[in-house]
Amino acid sequence: MEQITLKIDGRPVTVPAGSTVLEAAEKAQITIPRLCYHPDLPPVSACRLCVVEIKGDRLLRTACSWKASEGMEVTTSSRVVRESRKIAMELLLSRHPMRCTECVRNGSCELRTVADQLGIREIRFAYNERKGFLDTSSLAVVRDPGKCILCRRCVQTCTMVQSVSALGMENRGYDVWVDTPFGKGLGDVACVACGQCIDRCPVGALYENSHIQRVWDALDNPNLHVVVQTAPAVRVAIGEEFGMPAGSLVTDKMVTALRRMGFDKVFDTDFTADLTIMEEGYELLGRIKNGGTLPLLTSCSPGWINFIEHFYPQLLPHVSSCKSPQQMFGALAKTYYAEKAGLQAKDIYVVSVMPCTAKKYESDRAEMNSSGFQDVDAVLTTREAATMMKQIGINLAELPEEEYDAPLGISTGAAVIFGNTGGVMEAALRTVYEVVTKKPLDTVEITAVRGMEGVREAEIDLDGLKVRAAVANGLANARKLMEKIVSGEANYHFIEIMACPGGCIGGGGQPVPTSLDIRKKRADALYRADRGLKIRKSHENPAILKLYEEFLGEPNSHKAHDLLHTHYTAKTVYSE
Amino acid sequence: MHRIHILIAMDAHTISQGARSIKDAMTRELALAGLANEVRVVETGSLGIYDKGVVLVVFPDAVYYVGVKMEDVTEIISEHLIKGRIVERLQYLDMPSGEAKAGDKSARVSKQIRVVLKNAGIIDPESIEEYIANDGYEALGKALTEMTPEQVMEEVKASAMQGRGGAFFPTGIKWGFAAREKSEEKYIICNADEGEPGTFKDRLILEGDPHAVIEGMALAGYAVGAHQGYVYIRGEYHMSIARMQRAIEQARQQGLLGKNIFSSSFSFDLDIREGAGAYICGEETALIESIEGKRGEPRNKPPFPPSVGLWGKPTIVNNVETLANVPQIILKGAKWYRSLGTENSPGTKVFTMVGNINNPGLIEVPMGITLREIIYDIGHGIPEGKGFLLAQLGGTTGGILTREHLDLPLAVDTLRNAGAGMGSGALLVVDDSQCLVDLVKTFVEFFVHESCGICTLCREGNGRLLELLERMTEGKGAAEDLHLMEELANAMMRGAFCGLGQAAPIPVLGCLRYFREEFEQHLQGTCRAGKCELHAANEAAA
Repeated sequence: MEQITLKIDGRPVTVPAGSTVLEAAEKAQITIPRLCYHPDLPPVSACRLCVVEIKGDRLLRTACSWKASEGMEVTTSSRVVRESRKIAMELLLSRHPMRCTECVRNGSCELRTVADQLGIREIRFAYNERKGFLDTSSLAVVRDPGKCILCRRCVQTCTMVQSVSALGMENRGYDVWVDTPFGKGLGDVACVACGQCIDRCPVGALYENSHIQRVWDALDNPNLHVVVQTAPAVRVAIGEEFGMPAGSLVTDKMVTALRRMGFDKVFDTDFTADLTIMEEGYELLGRIKNGGTLPLLTSCSPGWINFIEHFYPQLLPHVSSCKSPQQMFGALAKTYYAEKAGLQAKDIYVVSVMPCTAKKYESDRAEMNSSGFQDVDAVLTTREAATMMKQIGINLAELPEEEYDAPLGISTGAAVIFGNTGGVMEAALRTVYEVVTKKPLDTVEITAVRGMEGVREAEIDLDGLKVRAAVANGLANARKLMEKIVSGEANYHFIEIMACPGGCIGGGGQPVPTSLDIRKKRADALYRADRGLKIRKSHENPAILKLYEEFLGEPNSHKAHDLLHTHYTAKTVYSE
Repeated sequence: MHRIHILIAMDAHTISQGARSIKDAMTRELALAGLANEVRVVETGSLGIYDKGVVLVVFPDAVYYVGVKMEDVTEIISEHLIKGRIVERLQYLDMPSGEAKAGDKSARVSKQIRVVLKNAGIIDPESIEEYIANDGYEALGKALTEMTPEQVMEEVKASAMQGRGGAFFPTGIKWGFAAREKSEEKYIICNADEGEPGTFKDRLILEGDPHAVIEGMALAGYAVGAHQGYVYIRGEYHMSIARMQRAIEQARQQGLLGKNIFSSSFSFDLDIREGAGAYICGEETALIESIEGKRGEPRNKPPFPPSVGLWGKPTIVNNVETLANVPQIILKGAKWYRSLGTENSPGTKVFTMVGNINNPGLIEVPMGITLREIIYDIGHGIPEGKGFLLAQLGGTTGGILTREHLDLPLAVDTLRNAGAGMGSGALLVVDDSQCLVDLVKTFVEFFVHESCGICTLCREGNGRLLELLERMTEGKGAAEDLHLMEELANAMMRGAFCGLGQAAPIPVLGCLRYFREEFEQHLQGTCRAGKCELHAANEAAA
């Protein structure tokens, strides 16, 4: 790659051609303050904090967008630059409510961090409230436009990463704000509840609809048997909330923490991830054999389910009827587990710890009540679970390690990689291959479906039956595949979709910040977890085999359908 | 064959003053007088005379009448048309010299030259035949039959014409950027989203001579290799839109737009897109976003539109006045064009004069004319014998010119040296009875509303400038406010996202530079002019 050399603050820096001034400055160990820039998004250059001086240019330029060039001389710290940044920051702060102690982002606010970087010690403008109403209409995401600093990361995320466009700019000038179409609440527009906007918000203007209080209420209620399930992606991210580096695998410490919080049983969503593979794998084989609707689309990601219901309702017959692992778990906890533990469904309270905000919406779906009670009673995001741990003085990093409870805590390596884009596909192929060919896989790891590219394709030979598979992560990428199905261009058998970039490890309920680098580290940790497990194929999970033997019969049985399968609802992009 | 033509100006202002009824009455009365076959009444575009009621001109005498009322119609017919005696009480004597004819002996020698406005008020803008009869589409014919696209571009480059939208970027060079891009699709956009307060030159060009703009766009298309153009017209400009639409249809019927124009291999067509009222859409990339159906907001530059523009294709965005100059340059040559104006700023400039001036309106003058000539010779000075305080040239973002600049030749380079610019060509004249702080406040109020809201400095900065000014006029200002205002304005000027935010503080800084003591007086509790809230509050207290 062509290299160019420029001077930043008098020192030469060599970077690949096409790099921005910001990237070049990072290479020169200079931190350029910024608030609207996000590594996942193209620069909008809204905040004006990253301005620099370029020799020969009358105007200050934004480092986030300005391309470095050979021989360019950049000054990042002149008086003009410092004063411009400072006044821009004062302008932002003077419209921010500054009620920091009651803010969900008290400990992780980028506005505070950058204000500190700039050495702000006074704000020379009086506080002027920003327009907009607290929007609590969504079951998943709360918006507080009063805290918004108009960086537009959420709008870009919703529009470009997710192709949903539930958020946009409203009005103009001093009175501009981020709003939903027609000013309807997030719960009344085609928001898919993915929470990606939360992951990219630099302040507390977007956050999850908190279930913390209802979980404490349940834990404090002596008449309830409270069980918790943890999604695969939580174990590789929750450490970040306690200052551990991205990619820290803390499964057993997390189990200890949850037990100390007072949960009666600590179970694993991985158990029902294995179950999903059995149900979905057999559904796929059934559809292939019986000429059913293909390609089969996965159904684990509730943000994705919301997306297809709103934007491609005509393709709903393609979606697997399997409930997501979270909901399968809830259904079994209140039936199979209740039976085994001698409890009644009404006395069992199921809490999920999820990397996801859409799971909050999913758990509330009216049809998700196989036991006669709602399958799942409360959903905590990874962030909320960490907050609760902190509330009772737990420092996760220092905890001893404990193991999940049986039997709903027993799982395989196939289940743990569910948290990665391509993971469901890989887990399914491990099982489908062996079920169809009756031969063991030579190599368990099917790397063709791994990676972070938006859309990936692979073809697996099952003894003559060539299964064509595709994987998409991020809904803008999912949309590309849906368009191919609509146009008839797609000739796949099986498509895995995860709503969030990187899959659940990049979910809207995960620790903030997020970036490709962070997501890669979390993904690597899940593959590491898989490699560390003795059993790596769902159909070899002894607890699952026992579940079929004792309770369900066989995959896709009548009982399995009653408890583990669901149906979907066509929606429009407008609210009714 | 008609012996006499009466041209009645039909622009938004004259229509509001009853021009349509006057035209109907004139037609009716002429018929009653038996003159229907001798005198023809024609609707034309603006005659450049503003704020003087209904305006009409009698040809071939070239006698201009202003403030014409219903009761004057029969008098004009019986006196002027029948007896040949000019109705002096209605006569207007300040029209361009080139048009003055016999019977108009008292007309002053005018400083005006008409290039862009040569047809405005002379021909019927709804008649393509009249445009053609006045050399119309001759330049396009010449270009398509005798010149290569490169030659057309070179001619425009050689003319050294600078874009009339406000930035004064050399038009030929801009075209060159798009011409060298290899793309099947390219676009020419005429920026007619004239939103600058006090500016209405583009409207009057579109209303008075729409075919000149069409011809200019076709020439631009030929030069850069574009086959489709859009005229983006401010939505409130109903008459401009209607006249442009009609002109496009006429040009299509005559084969001057569409496929194989003049039997050449060049095809070019036009469509109109209406603006929806956002000032920012006059910024070329915001305009492009708007045509694409998105929220009108500027794009990050580079890339610039000549390489990546409408739908990602190379696009030239030129102002109405720029495009209207092009046919003349091609027809008469770059050398002729450079004979007008100054060495570094050739050509003419269309201004709209507003504010405290006796003779407001639309004028076209050569570059290099002085402010004094415009205000005192063409504009007849300041009403009620008041003194000249300042002029703001170029619209709300325009720089401030004071008494010391009255004899400065107005050209791009001289103005730049004075920290000002010609901008859109609005000239706001302010007399010395006005409160300066109050005046600046009205400028800033505009931007508080019209900032698109993308960037912190413009969105919040204008709001805070206004707040600081309001504090001043309310008598609540603090000593350090002036410094804060300057720091903020300077940051905006160098650090805002687009031209709007960068230019918005120019008049604020200009006024601070030339009239700092007035701001200080307000901070001390007095208003020289006695016009703002501060004065009212002082009065109430006393």
